[in-house]
Amino acid sequence: MRRFFILLSREISSAFHQPLAYVVLFFFLIVTGFNFQAGITLLNTGPGTVTMVQAFFNTVYFWFPFVLIFPLITMRVFAEEAKLGTIETLMTAPVRDTQVVLAKYGGCLFFYIILWAPSLLYFLAFQKITGVNAAGAVGSYTGAYAMLILMGLLFTAIGCLASALTDNQIIAAVISFAAILGFFFLGLLSFLLPSTGTLLRELTYYFSPVEHMMDFSQGLFDTRPIVFYVSSTLLVLFATFHIFQYRRWKS
Amino acid sequence: MIKVEKLTKRFGGFTAVDGIDFEVNKGEIVGFLGPNGAGKSTTMRMLSGFLPPTSGRAQVANFDVFKDSLRAREHIGYMPENVPLYTDMRVNEFLRYRAALKGVPSRRLKERVGDVLELCALKDVEKKLIGQLSKGYRQRVGLADAMSHEPDLLILDEPTIGLDPNQIRLVRELIRNLRRHHTILLSTHILPEVEMLCSRVIIINRGRIEALDTPQNLRAHLGQVRHILFDAIVPDARIAAAALRLLESVQSVSHRADGEWTIFTIQAAPDHDPRESLYRHAVENKWRVREISRPPVSLEQVFAEVTSGEEA
Repeated sequence: MRRFFILLSREISSAFHQPLAYVVLFFFLIVTGFNFQAGITLLNTGPGTVTMVQAFFNTVYFWFPFVLIFPLITMRVFAEEAKLGTIETLMTAPVRDTQVVLAKYGGCLFFYIILWAPSLLYFLAFQKITGVNAAGAVGSYTGAYAMLILMGLLFTAIGCLASALTDNQIIAAVISFAAILGFFFLGLLSFLLPSTGTLLRELTYYFSPVEHMMDFSQGLFDTRPIVFYVSSTLLVLFATFHIFQYRRWKS
Repeated sequence: MIKVEKLTKRFGGFTAVDGIDFEVNKGEIVGFLGPNGAGKSTTMRMLSGFLPPTSGRAQVANFDVFKDSLRAREHIGYMPENVPLYTDMRVNEFLRYRAALKGVPSRRLKERVGDVLELCALKDVEKKLIGQLSKGYRQRVGLADAMSHEPDLLILDEPTIGLDPNQIRLVRELIRNLRRHHTILLSTHILPEVEMLCSRVIIINRGRIEALDTPQNLRAHLGQVRHILFDAIVPDARIAAAALRLLESVQSVSHRADGEWTIFTIQAAPDHDPRESLYRHAVENKWRVREISRPPVSLEQVFAEVTSGEEA
């Protein structure tokens, strides 16, 4: 366990040792800030049915940076070590492969959470200044942030998988971007298809991040998406672990 | 310390290491010699637990490198070729991380890092980013990393490659000082290095061990067919060469001119030394002789002989 935490802290610090981290943090703040501002503008247009939290988590300004962010966070993790050859020194230290994979995954997840942490301040400031409740109910907060983390679990895992596939960071980023985008658009199908009846619509609903976020940001907890995200995360991590081992054994 | 049995590694149809056996005892420095692509690095990677073998077994400190990999790895300090390092870390930070990862308890970390910094003469750069260091320093950081957890066995893959002569000397001295506490397996292209450092040499070629002995024995054993240099003024070089060929235990004679002198290179039969009869022959013919010598066989010749099947 000690080794895992040593690895994890190394992963976290290396995430912040690269200039890219600060570029990402900077632009992410700008985009989410703009998204928040757009939410306020929407509320200002007159009485509506949405709360501030819903307005924040269900716009294109939210989804756009959301999908973009994962390749940037994860492309480095395995690909860079493979390229530099440090994987060799890393894996000849007495560490288990699972420890390494989980530590790398954990490091990415940590960075992802740090990215979103400032958004909590937005709502805090909003409530302080306007006196209006941003969420309607506490469940709306917990729902939205729980979904944020659930989706983060899966998409970070997908990014890690892509990074484990190659020793070129750009290729890793493109693979994970394509996979995440494909997944995202498949989920969007549930909006485009006729609203009732069709099996495909029912089916796409199960893995539609947009639908999930809509429900959860209203405080509507549904166990199906939770099970879906957790189990598919495990599946992807399992695949990552095996690809990581396989590529090393082949080298 | 190391025990290797029938170790084999195939990559697809290519056999990189082909059923090698060898043992390394505690306290030895063993040199791994071979041309590029002979299987040195692959063998070292297998020993360090990075690559699983296709078949065969290897033990380090009585732990199977594959079945009991984690425990075997605790006893190994491995420095890969070209010394990959995290360029975004500072030297002391990196060594601290690596030592902790390799199981040095927290309370001993500071002391241990201080020790290896001192030993590898890295004190003056300990706060620098590894990315900014020169090749020589990086090599030493790699070495410091390899021994940070006081392993019984150091596996060093070409520790002096790409260094300038001064840095090579430094690293070599460092390795020589390490022999008191560690068993060392190192690979190199530089033959004098092996002669200077190693107590035994393994020559590997096309995945097979071609020779395994002390540098002295290798020279003695493989240097049986030896050359003798005979430098004289003779009336006619070709006639003289023909006459020399008739001497006992002389196998072949070649010659070249050096001004008025002729230099004969004489190949003698194994275990024979025709220098005395050469001398007598020269005296009988009243040749003026400048040199009769038997130049020592260098490991370089042995290496060339063993790895290419032809003589240097």
